[in-house]
Amino acid sequence: MSENIEKNKETTGFSRRDAVKGLATVPVLGAFAIAFYRKRKHARQLRNSILESFSLPSEQTEIIEEVPKTRKIRLGIIGFGIRGPQIAKAAGFLHPENVESMKKDAKANSADTRYQEFIEQEDLNVEITAVCDIFTVYAKRAQETGSNIERKGRDHKSSALPVIYNDYRELIADTNVDAVIIATPDHWHAPMAIEAARAGKHVYCEKPMSWSVEETYELRKAIRESGIVFQLGHQGRQTEAYNKAREVVKNNVLGSVNLVEVTTNRNTPNGAWVYPIHPQASPETIDWKKFIGQAPWHDFSLERFFRWRCWWDYSTGLSGDLLTHEYDAMNQILGLGIPDKAVSSGGIYHFKDGRTVPDVLQTVFEFDEYDLAMLYSATLASSKSRGKVIMGHDGYMEVGSSLTVYADRNSTRYNEKLKNGIIDPSIPILSFVPGRKSIDAVTSATEQYFAGRGLLYTYRGGKRVDTTHLHVKEWLDCIRSGGVPSCNIDQGFQEAITAHMGTIAYREGRRVYWDRENEKIV
Amino acid sequence: MTGVTNYSNRQLTLLVVLRVLIGWHFLYEGLSKLVNPDWSSVAFLLDSQGFLSSFFQSLATNPDVLKIVDFLNIWGLILIGLGLILGLFSRLSIIAGMLLLGMYYISHPPLVGLSYSVPSEGAYLWVNKNLIEIAALAVLLVFPSWKQIGLDRFIFNR
Repeated sequence: MSENIEKNKETTGFSRRDAVKGLATVPVLGAFAIAFYRKRKHARQLRNSILESFSLPSEQTEIIEEVPKTRKIRLGIIGFGIRGPQIAKAAGFLHPENVESMKKDAKANSADTRYQEFIEQEDLNVEITAVCDIFTVYAKRAQETGSNIERKGRDHKSSALPVIYNDYRELIADTNVDAVIIATPDHWHAPMAIEAARAGKHVYCEKPMSWSVEETYELRKAIRESGIVFQLGHQGRQTEAYNKAREVVKNNVLGSVNLVEVTTNRNTPNGAWVYPIHPQASPETIDWKKFIGQAPWHDFSLERFFRWRCWWDYSTGLSGDLLTHEYDAMNQILGLGIPDKAVSSGGIYHFKDGRTVPDVLQTVFEFDEYDLAMLYSATLASSKSRGKVIMGHDGYMEVGSSLTVYADRNSTRYNEKLKNGIIDPSIPILSFVPGRKSIDAVTSATEQYFAGRGLLYTYRGGKRVDTTHLHVKEWLDCIRSGGVPSCNIDQGFQEAITAHMGTIAYREGRRVYWDRENEKIV
Repeated sequence: MTGVTNYSNRQLTLLVVLRVLIGWHFLYEGLSKLVNPDWSSVAFLLDSQGFLSSFFQSLATNPDVLKIVDFLNIWGLILIGLGLILGLFSRLSIIAGMLLLGMYYISHPPLVGLSYSVPSEGAYLWVNKNLIEIAALAVLLVFPSWKQIGLDRFIFNR
């Protein structure tokens, strides 16, 4: 018999016995294929039956047409304290010392990609021709930043230095300035923007748009009459998740929305506006009179100069600084406009350092047309994260850098599917993580976990992009193409009036109304 | 029939069953990632802890490297899975599987004091499923079954 086998082997190479043993495990692959097919089919069915109830937002992120950057735009920057340098960086300019320290950090920690991101940040074809700050140290710093056109560190070569102005009016009047960036204390935003608009200079203005109610109207008028391109500095407008959230609301996934909750939680001295005082600051290096401007007179004070956000004299408090970001996000997502009523309460509970603005604030805005209330709740003495929640009868949505939608367990619309177990109220029916290709209806627990921590946002899809960079770019694109930026004067007007209503309600301890017909706060 | 060990039928059957089960696990891990267009190893890599964590995290921060890591991981899993089930290039598949599992293990060692963002489905101290699967593959390596049951029979027994 073995002889036979051997013979057989010689002629065909393998015996039948060989073949059976050699291929014995192949049928396992068949079983695997069946199991795999069933698993896929189940997932598809689940997804489709959830999707019967609503349509998904478009898979593609809006592709904004690339505007050719043919013409170099010459920028003037007014104010170079904290936000000024950040906007300059978004435009492609960073002080050599900062570049050097980012380089060092990147060397020490390979996960720190800020340096690489900055070097790779798109060139917007702009130059900084003029800078203005009433603190000489900051003015010098602004000048050195503006001259670092090659984004170099210690090895940088200074090109033509931007002109330093002590008076913003001279900067605006400079014929080498096409557009201005305003990053000053709040009480200077409107006067400077008005002056720039009247001189025909385009304006990128930090939020809040205005410090007093009156100047809000005046600024809107000046911008409309001049036809310049105005962008208010709410970089959140560029957040991908907000655009998706807007589509989710439009597709009526949430049902009727009656309550929105937005929050601010911070718990550091910096977060409470107790900024460091510069060692070289003195009445000699600071032009105090120019700082005061339209604010009530006060003798020279380093605290007031560096920590101006703590005083109503120069600031708009939580309402103007932080509520505006939250409101603008909701205005972008829900298109709310100006509220009909506002009430506020709060106080100075933690930072008893002589400030006049509250560190705990609750404001409720009512939007009659939409049967909707927006609650803003803020504290500067706890960093518990609460996020933004849009609550509807059929579902609720949590918005941050990512987006998750849950069905409400008592929803009318999803009732059937909830009963059949197709929709689980504890698992998102829809989620979106920026930078990823698609938005989908089935999400694994792990992906959820990372989405919530914003980890995927940071690294997925190649590059992390600074939203301020996108916001500045949009403004410059509009200047070149004649378009209208996302946070234009009308959006800014709504933002400013809403913030003022919250502030007045707090300061006067009363309910404040918006007279829609006459456009007046009453 | 040189190089073939004399196992009892029971021994041989169980060795093949173990090989096929581990192969199935690898194959599905690979295919499930392949069909998910959004899957990426980035979250896993960024969550790395222990003495090699900076190496694994650095893989995640470079998009080009990440693409290669994702590709190798997906196709490594699939090919190792097929190899184990079919008994094809078995020795290579087993060694590659041990290396891959070894990387999962040292990037996320279950040591005292280390905690991970992704909650694990079980409780582990020093020993986790990756380590056990490595040991199981090591057993398969020293008790070869592929020369008798598997496509390698055609390659090695000629």
